[in-house]
Amino acid sequence: MINSQNIIARSATTTPPPQARSHVEEVAKLIDVSKCIGCKACQVACMEWNDLRDEVGECHGTYDNPTDLTAESWTVMRFSEHETADGNLEWLIRKDGCMHCAEPGCLTACPAPGAIVQYANGIVDFDSNHCIGCGYCITGCPFDIPRISPKDSKSYKCTLCSDRVNAGMEPACVKTCPTNCIEFGTKADMLDRAAKRVGDLKALGFRDAGIYDPAGVGGTHVMYVLHHANDPNRYSGLPKDPRISPLVGAWKGVTKPIMAAIIGITAFAGVIHYVTKGPKEEPEESADADPTALGYDATRRRDDADDRPHGGDR
Amino acid sequence: MAINVTRRQFFKLGGAGLATSSLAVMGFAPEPAEASIRQFKLTHAKETRNTCTYCSVGCGILIYSKGDGAKNVEQNVFHIEGDPDHPVSRGSLCPKGAGLLDFVHSDGRLAYPQVREAGSDEWKRISWDEALGRIARHMKDDRDANFVQRNAQGQTVNHWTTTGFLAASGSSNEAGYITHKVVRTLGMVAFDNQARV
Amino acid sequence: MTNHWVDIRNANLILSMGGNSAEAHPVGFRWVTEAIEHNKAELITIDPRFTRTSAVAQDRAFIRTGSDIAFLGGLISYLIETDQIQREYVLNYTDAALIVRDGYGFEEGLFSGYDEATRSYDKQSWMYEKGDDGFVRRDDSLSDPRCVYQLLRGHYARYTPDMVSSISGIPVADIQRIWKKIAAMAVPDKTMTILYALGWTQHSIGSQIIRAAAMVQLLLGNMGMPGGGVNALRGHSNIQGLTDLGLLSQLLPGYMTLANAKEQGYRAYIDKRTKQPTVAGQVSYWKNYEKFHVSLMKAWYGQAATADNDWCFDWLPKLERPLYDILDTFERMSKGELTGYFCQGFNPLASFPDRAKITRALSSLKYLVVMDPLNTETSEFWKSYGEYNDVDPSQIDTEVFRLPTCCFAEDDGSIVNSARWLQWHWAAAPPPGESRPDTRIMGELFLRLKQLYQTEGGVFPEPILNLTWDYKIPHEPKSEELAREFNGYALEDLTDAQGQVVRRAGEQLSGFGELTADGKTTAGCWIFTGCWTEAGNQMARRDNADPYGTGNTLGWAWAWPANRRVLYNRASADVQGRPWGANKAFVWWSAAQGRWIGADVPDFPPTSAPSEGQMPFIMQPEGVGHLFAGQSMVDGPFPEHYEPFESPVPQNLLHPGKPKVRNNPAARIFDEDRAALGTPEEYPHAATTYRLTEHFHYWTKHARLNAIVQPQQFVEIGEKLAEEIGVAAGDWVKVSSKRGFIKAVAVVTKRLKPMTVGDRQVHHVGIPLHWGFTGVAKKGYLVNALTPFVGDANTQTPEYKSFTVRVEKA
Repeated sequence: MINSQNIIARSATTTPPPQARSHVEEVAKLIDVSKCIGCKACQVACMEWNDLRDEVGECHGTYDNPTDLTAESWTVMRFSEHETADGNLEWLIRKDGCMHCAEPGCLTACPAPGAIVQYANGIVDFDSNHCIGCGYCITGCPFDIPRISPKDSKSYKCTLCSDRVNAGMEPACVKTCPTNCIEFGTKADMLDRAAKRVGDLKALGFRDAGIYDPAGVGGTHVMYVLHHANDPNRYSGLPKDPRISPLVGAWKGVTKPIMAAIIGITAFAGVIHYVTKGPKEEPEESADADPTALGYDATRRRDDADDRPHGGDR
Repeated sequence: MAINVTRRQFFKLGGAGLATSSLAVMGFAPEPAEASIRQFKLTHAKETRNTCTYCSVGCGILIYSKGDGAKNVEQNVFHIEGDPDHPVSRGSLCPKGAGLLDFVHSDGRLAYPQVREAGSDEWKRISWDEALGRIARHMKDDRDANFVQRNAQGQTVNHWTTTGFLAASGSSNEAGYITHKVVRTLGMVAFDNQARV
Repeated sequence: MTNHWVDIRNANLILSMGGNSAEAHPVGFRWVTEAIEHNKAELITIDPRFTRTSAVAQDRAFIRTGSDIAFLGGLISYLIETDQIQREYVLNYTDAALIVRDGYGFEEGLFSGYDEATRSYDKQSWMYEKGDDGFVRRDDSLSDPRCVYQLLRGHYARYTPDMVSSISGIPVADIQRIWKKIAAMAVPDKTMTILYALGWTQHSIGSQIIRAAAMVQLLLGNMGMPGGGVNALRGHSNIQGLTDLGLLSQLLPGYMTLANAKEQGYRAYIDKRTKQPTVAGQVSYWKNYEKFHVSLMKAWYGQAATADNDWCFDWLPKLERPLYDILDTFERMSKGELTGYFCQGFNPLASFPDRAKITRALSSLKYLVVMDPLNTETSEFWKSYGEYNDVDPSQIDTEVFRLPTCCFAEDDGSIVNSARWLQWHWAAAPPPGESRPDTRIMGELFLRLKQLYQTEGGVFPEPILNLTWDYKIPHEPKSEELAREFNGYALEDLTDAQGQVVRRAGEQLSGFGELTADGKTTAGCWIFTGCWTEAGNQMARRDNADPYGTGNTLGWAWAWPANRRVLYNRASADVQGRPWGANKAFVWWSAAQGRWIGADVPDFPPTSAPSEGQMPFIMQPEGVGHLFAGQSMVDGPFPEHYEPFESPVPQNLLHPGKPKVRNNPAARIFDEDRAALGTPEEYPHAATTYRLTEHFHYWTKHARLNAIVQPQQFVEIGEKLAEEIGVAAGDWVKVSSKRGFIKAVAVVTKRLKPMTVGDRQVHHVGIPLHWGFTGVAKKGYLVNALTPFVGDANTQTPEYKSFTVRVEKA
């Protein structure tokens, strides 16, 4: 049982989280790409632990399989063959999955109360019971991580094995990693390890080695050590400077009060709450952004939702 | 305070374009907040130490089975992960080892003896008694017919070359040992295991 | 492995060649990444492909498949000519100074003693010369032209960088750069470890490739050293154990060998295998052969085995041909010479070369018994699966029995990893349905046969009727009982020289040093003696303490021999018994204690002082490592490069214009199979088969998790070849050899590049092997439709790693 007192942020919720238990250390997973052999043990361990079984797919002419994240593949290895200027070949293999941002765009964007939470230890977790399948978490994510399941129209992603971590263990992918490429500990310790590894790589001639802990999302609880930190894009499109889409914040800033005005008639206490405490997120951008610019058809998703049985709704 | 609003009602209230805004903005939720995302699943499972039987690294594994070993329980393996005490693997497993659970429960596992009769295009389930009886009969008939006590040069050879045996390097030493003991005692020489290939 | 997995972390240089260690043994490979990070070691890969191992290597070269001896032979020459050898080690711990008989020679690609008619060598001339004292002569100046060192030097003088490059396809600059890095390991306090696997074994010159590697390690002084050795990573979880237990056509447990038909007398059989020292004062541990042999016969035949009947010597089968290996057996089977066949956890239809021939062979059997946890292709070889298995069941009269067995999770027992550790495991759950453990199936089958012989009589029933079978539940021998049996126990009280009883009758033995040749002891597998002693099951020990910080955990499980973790570890100390370097201290002589001490169980008589002059390689009659393989190899005392039987290169560039020595002249090939070899013109592409890390042979395609992460059969081709044949990544290609074809998805990659070999450009085709027509992964073609039916001259391991194909768009 995750200790609810350790939730520091909750989607679509303005009630402030409990603050007293401040002495929770932040955790982090460190992925040292220079040690990755692309064995996919992490993919298998993830599926095994989380009781997931994706489809048996096809080979599309690469080692990548499944070829993309899905609701049942919360991590995938992405292989990229890169020829350097001096003719050397590098086979860069990156474990892709949720970065557990300190400022999670998914949580910011999520309209379903409690469907996305952030714990004091930094883990960003999806509570599928509350997920309405709108997909805003996907547009909110600068790393394109969450995936909606075609089976239940709910969104899924890596939980950093919050159940294991809460029980005092490491995530399944970390434990299984054969080559010590994935490590786990406090964020402070992982930053120390990362700095040491960056030094090792520089000594081996990788002048641009560095830590990937992007500031644009407040830092992450999944970090990479890259031999070419100057060009993260080389690692199958890892974004160089990820930020939450400005539209996410703008949209919430506009629609929340309107929404409240419409349904607040039956729940005015909430409006009072909004007025007195303000929205959970401070709007930063222009107020007249078009929500459809997010590229996600919320209308269709809603209609889909209408077609589903509702017996389960409480 | 609990105002029950189903998702459908919520969407209808909100209308198009607003459907995804937040009810909690108004201070209520469609249902009470639950913080339990997923329960830890190993708490009281039986843990058995074993060794991965794929490659020859010999990684230590912990097999978790449902049931605590009580008489009335049929243990059922539901999770396998690495043994952190193991000096080589230190808790790690490769993608094969990490997927051992699906080997144990593979649809391809056989469950009872079968025979495919000569010329037939199908399997037929048989009892162990019938299977072992028929196999022993075949073996004895062939051994008695083809065992060579002396070769053409009159040398004692005492071997049986017309039935061969491939042993499994995925099986235990104990299975290997008793197999060798039986196979050589019968006089077989066409005897190998995966070390040959 | 001469060393062990954790020991890899002690290496300064790691050569991954003849294997793809990261791919096939990822968890063992963790000790490579550990060495790179914490020991500042360098990893070099030499492979036809840029592999997953190459992905994390610091240096790499790309070699044409099958040309490894050229590279290693050139390296030997380079080490000698540039005098970068560990001279003190080479002089004292190898046979470099020993003199070879006059008749030995090498001409026109052939060693002395070749008989073309039998394709075999008479090895009489491949011997050391003995002096008047009966011991081998030596020249410590290493200058005698007949000493091993000079013969070695002469043999490899032909392997110049240019020659090596033209054979192997590796550019000269890459060769020289890597040789230089390896040569730097000749200093006493640095070691290279060599990691190899089936990429060396599965060639018609496989055994000699591995020997060449061992010779390099001897010259560098890296055998017996922490972070050194020649390390066979091996393929299956208990392939080491089944080899140790002798489940091979010519072996008995513990690397003892069956007699051949010419060896009619017990004494001559024993004497031939009882190796006496050929250099004064050496240990020559095989001098104890009879103790091991008699203890085995007492374990099997109990009171029936007596000195008077030569311990039932004639009850063991004798061999009429060198090996009844799988190629020989399936050749005979394809000619209708076999009646029955057992496949216990083995899938030969998928695993053996020239699948069409295997199908023909299995179809000729009267009965086939498959014991397996899984629905294997072999068990359904008679069933039509369209083009994946195109057969007509009505035309196949083989009676097939399929017996379900337990898997690891469902039985107790021990398996031996490649580091020779016997590790005990426990059952976690009952097996599905009516599945039974192999031990029980073998027990029941034996008892039924015994009963048939008791009631009906029959041919030569004595061994069957007298086999020791004192298991508490006779039809269901327990793993504990069997383990105690192969460890061995005293049949009578054992006494020391003073007549004191040191072991009571009935007690478990603590080590093979207690075995006797007079029938007082049993041991079903002498090298395992010590695994289950009076102190209990040593294989179940779980103390992972590493007191010396060398990665040696003597309290974890139990390793043969005698719980020793690094073989030849006496060689980690110099002649005076001092460690070669402070950072390489492992076992050393303690004058104060009068014995060898250190992190490991010494591989040496524990109180033999350095002044006694005994040398580290105690299993060899000379006490030293063999650069010259006088008697152990059938195809030459020095490794020589020969082309694979199917090669994209029309001649052996070392011996141009001599077709008889294009391929290994001592390798056996059946006529029909020679006719099925393709020419470079028809089949121009060099092919090699291998595993992927996501799968284990043909097992994991039955496991959904593994099928998900690597679902479908593919082959790898380089971008240039893809362009030539008009194929893009994801297209289907047809790959054909003279024996068959497969179709698969093309992975087009920068990791395979054309190589210049001699005067031509060679493309490699990489063929992963994991798919078939049963399981939950996508159906695929058995890749052994393609492979040739020819094996290594010494072991008959098939040449799966080098053959030729033609690739085209499907």
